[in-house]
Amino acid sequence: MGLAMTESLIELKSLRCERDERVLFERLDLTVQAGDLIQVEGPNGCGKTTLLRLLTTTSADFDGDIFWRGKLLNGGNGATRLDYLNQLLYVGHLAGVKKALTARENLNWFCGINQGHQRCSIESALEEVGLFGFEDVPCHHLSAGQLRRVALARLFLTPARVWILDEPFTAIDKQGVANLESLMLEHASGGGCVIFTTHQDVKIDRIRKIDLHRYKGLAAA
Amino acid sequence: MNVYEPSQNRNNQDSTIQAQSLNTPGVWSGFWATFKRDGLIAVRHRGEMANPIMFFLMVITMVPLGISPEKAVLAMLAPGMIWVVALLATLLSLDGLFRSDFEDGSLEQLLMSPQPLYFQVLAKVSVHWLVTGLPLTIMAPLLGVMLSLPSAGFAPLLASLLLGTACLSLIGSIGAALTVALRKGGLLLSLIIMPLYTPVLIFGASAVNSAVEGFPIGGQLAVLGAFLAVSIILAPLAAAGALRISVNG
Repeated sequence: MGLAMTESLIELKSLRCERDERVLFERLDLTVQAGDLIQVEGPNGCGKTTLLRLLTTTSADFDGDIFWRGKLLNGGNGATRLDYLNQLLYVGHLAGVKKALTARENLNWFCGINQGHQRCSIESALEEVGLFGFEDVPCHHLSAGQLRRVALARLFLTPARVWILDEPFTAIDKQGVANLESLMLEHASGGGCVIFTTHQDVKIDRIRKIDLHRYKGLAAA
Repeated sequence: MNVYEPSQNRNNQDSTIQAQSLNTPGVWSGFWATFKRDGLIAVRHRGEMANPIMFFLMVITMVPLGISPEKAVLAMLAPGMIWVVALLATLLSLDGLFRSDFEDGSLEQLLMSPQPLYFQVLAKVSVHWLVTGLPLTIMAPLLGVMLSLPSAGFAPLLASLLLGTACLSLIGSIGAALTVALRKGGLLLSLIIMPLYTPVLIFGASAVNSAVEGFPIGGQLAVLGAFLAVSIILAPLAAAGALRISVNG
């Protein structure tokens, strides 16, 4: 692991974000290295989801710089952005699962738009998240937790190094949470990184915690 | 393309992903994935799909009842009437183009996939046209008979609608993308899109009218073709930009 563990993947430099004339956070500096598990903490409404969305490049309302492997990501060239998107997996509040389609069809689409990036078969990914036998059930027949699991099956499918998970444990049962924790740990020790938010207690000891509340309104006026 | 063996190998796998940078997936495979998915969804939601077609059918059926069953009057109204109703039926169906993707988070996934958004929008619009514009075009001659359209008008009606409805779907996608994040975007969508639809309507209806009166229609069809060519190139670009803005907000 040695060398790979110290490789810096994402770097945030004096990030500042404002929503509705309210400063969510400012002067946020953060270096995410290969092997990092980073939990973004803070009370409701402090900007955790906003920060994660900045990192997915879908939101561009911020000041400061984001670097991907030392190259500027925001406003930088397209190749850096493409390289980053190839390595990015995001599971957000919204599952991104179509209820009219079956679990298999949903994941087929995911693999299709990320084609060539598949680590295992869709069947085995669904088996890993405990949906064996539900491959061809339309998703509107699935429970909230099962829907969530369909979304989480992407974690098994993708070889992306950067995992951004917004409240991944929502609606997941205890055993599922334990499995997810060990999966995250395994991913990190394999040279990836995980950035996530949760309000639950996580039983992994090598987590780095970022308290977003500390970056709120540092420079008043 | 790395298709790996299932779960047992996962541990070894993780260590090999470290240094390599991943290939960008092919544009067409991404296009097909979205095309197939939207097609499947359209088939599963057949009821919604039938809405604009039913609207088209009902309005045209009402015309002879409401205006006059007189053959001469109907024949005069037919080209414009069919075109206007086809346009309104398309407008009716536009709101849902990106709405459900926006609401369930698929749109976010699409935006952060390494696929060019242009082709993804094009895939979605193609499916939209296949389930609204194409059925409207195919039904139009039948409704032409109901409105006693002179026989010289049928082929031009088909041709102009074929080109025109594709334009309508493409141009409409810009409005749908701009208003997708608004909770009540329906009215705004119509306001944005209507001015862009008028040239298509004018040339489309005029092609059928000219044919009925015995004039050549090459000019009008050429203009419609030009509209289509320009909107294939520009409309998905504009819609892609609008989607980024909508999701950003």
